[in-house]
Amino acid sequence: MNKLVKLFITSISAITLALVSFTSSFAKVDGEYIVLGSAISLTGKYSSNGVHTQNGYNMAVDRINKMGGVEVQGKKYKFEIIYYDDESNPKRAAQLAERLIKQDGVHYMLGPYSSGLTKAIAPVTEKYKIPMVEANGASRSLFTKGYKYLFAVLSPANQYLEVAIDLAVEKNGGKPVRIAQAFEQDAFSQDVRLGILDAAKRTGSEIIIDDKLPKELNDMAATLAKVKATKPDVLVVSGHTKGALTAIRQISEMKVDVPMLAMTHCDAAKLSKQHGKNSEYALCASQWHKNLSYKDKFFGGGKKYARDFQKEFGYDPPYQSAESSAALLVFKDAFERANSFDRDAVRDALVDTEMQTFYGNIKFGPGGQNVAKPMILFQVRCKGDDCENRVVAPTKWASDKFYHPIPKWSERS
Amino acid sequence: MDFLIFKAPMLMVQASLDGILLGILFALIAYGMALQWGVMNIINIAQGDLVILGGYIAYTMYLAGIHPAWGVIVSPIIMYFVGVLLYKLVINKVVDRDLFISILATFGIAIVFQQLMNFVFGADVVVAQSEYGTTMLFDNSVTLPNSKIFSAFISVLYAVALVIYMKKSRLGRAIRATAQNARAAKILGVDTEKVYAATFGINAALCGIAGALISITLTLHPYVGLPYTVRSFMIVIVAGLGNLPAVAISGMGLGLFEEFADYILGTEFRIGAVFMLLVFILVYRRFKLSKKREYLK
Repeated sequence: MNKLVKLFITSISAITLALVSFTSSFAKVDGEYIVLGSAISLTGKYSSNGVHTQNGYNMAVDRINKMGGVEVQGKKYKFEIIYYDDESNPKRAAQLAERLIKQDGVHYMLGPYSSGLTKAIAPVTEKYKIPMVEANGASRSLFTKGYKYLFAVLSPANQYLEVAIDLAVEKNGGKPVRIAQAFEQDAFSQDVRLGILDAAKRTGSEIIIDDKLPKELNDMAATLAKVKATKPDVLVVSGHTKGALTAIRQISEMKVDVPMLAMTHCDAAKLSKQHGKNSEYALCASQWHKNLSYKDKFFGGGKKYARDFQKEFGYDPPYQSAESSAALLVFKDAFERANSFDRDAVRDALVDTEMQTFYGNIKFGPGGQNVAKPMILFQVRCKGDDCENRVVAPTKWASDKFYHPIPKWSERS
Repeated sequence: MDFLIFKAPMLMVQASLDGILLGILFALIAYGMALQWGVMNIINIAQGDLVILGGYIAYTMYLAGIHPAWGVIVSPIIMYFVGVLLYKLVINKVVDRDLFISILATFGIAIVFQQLMNFVFGADVVVAQSEYGTTMLFDNSVTLPNSKIFSAFISVLYAVALVIYMKKSRLGRAIRATAQNARAAKILGVDTEKVYAATFGINAALCGIAGALISITLTLHPYVGLPYTVRSFMIVIVAGLGNLPAVAISGMGLGLFEEFADYILGTEFRIGAVFMLLVFILVYRRFKLSKKREYLK
């Protein structure tokens, strides 16, 4: 018995040792591969968006590798990503980031899904001076901490719905509007709220309802009854997919008439699919839409990206996938300009990024956020039971006209 | 502080009706919890997850083209067997043990259920459409979704049916006897093992009904079970065990209180206010009992 135990322990330690020596030889650049690392939510509550993110990364890796890869000092390299499942858990994500860097020897990171997890990982990558290009953490607080190795290809959360207020003021003949707003009490939605407060101040608009919804939000009847009683010019809601679905369900059931309704997460909530006609006229903030006219040489334009993505993964790409693909394009560009694998050289190259991708223009501000790409708004429009999202703002990239005001429920069929 | 509600009296009506309708639904879940807590002395942390699972059953029917309202019949039947199975697998091993062990066991069940639902149905938030329309009162100033009225009606129907069943049927009497004194019931020939299994099954079935109703009135997501557990726990704490009319009143009362807290204190204090109320009630009850030289179990 004793012998057996000893044998067991020895073999286990031998295997561990072998594994350790194997993984540590697996460094930043392995033969012709540039190894990137990412902790990603493949299980747990972010798993669907985690998968969208991973699909976006993989799609870009395949495309870049197929089209010649990354050229550094005259040699062609290919991208490869090591993924770990962070179980949608920030603590786990931070541990995995540490493991990627220390054990797997990864020197360049891709972001996880969601602001919360990015917040958990950023201090780790910062500590080890690992450049991280992230595509799914929009919270403003990520960009105010003075991180030097964090780069986000997406617009920060406070910009999500600012455009909507500007649009409302424009439709009101340039005069200030009365705003009702309901935001979930989480970092992201509160950032969106700050953006609205700024926009209201800028335009002299008045906020007449300012509700903070609980995290376990499933009922906003009280907020909507208030909206009904006070008749604001615009209603703004942000509470992830739950918020968007609850809002549309209850607005249509309670027959709340507002001239303009702006939300976040309609895309992820598959709003028009789940609620059909009831979601018509809702304005949705989005990082990206396939109808935008941005272009690059890898994916062509948004429409082509959407077609290719559909072919590969069998569904229409949400913006989470598009922005994740863009993160790889940014890395490729930075490696080639740095013409080196030195972390700090790559980091400096990232700072100087200025490019157009199918996803939008990318240029990083001092905090690491993308300052070159505006948020867009699309509006849900339906023909019969067939609904689609049409880009209506900002006007420069818009492909359709904004329908305003929303007809009253009594006039809708 | 916001006193909008006092300026617009119609809001008062709206808030009351919303609160009561939602409260009735919560009372149904709490009813199940009170039942198995009273009979088996188990606090079921997985209560909310059973509710959500019931909701997903209705949602699956909806996806298959069947009206989700039929879920209030199909879901409890399936959930009854889920409950009995759960009892045979886990609960029967903790039923006579310390309360803490049952909390741990059901907490574990809750996690397993969440992950399984996430695995099977995905992490997206989903809704089922009942297309029931809206009832408008007082010249459109008060609107009530018919789905909420429907869910309150069904909840009351099932609750009344269960009360009658408990009073009249053989199994109902056995359950009540076991709740009063399990040992005595056993001596008198009641198969308590069977009674426990049935109780847990009935509880799961009630959760199934509530879940089906939630799928057409609110939203479903694998991880939103816990708020329902907490809510029903509170209702039961306020109402006490084995007092079913009190559960109904306390459910509606909490629903009402929550709506009014929303209007008066602001939405951010909605849940907080309910917890404050709970603390007050517990302190008050402790105070009252200590006068009578009793203690609160």
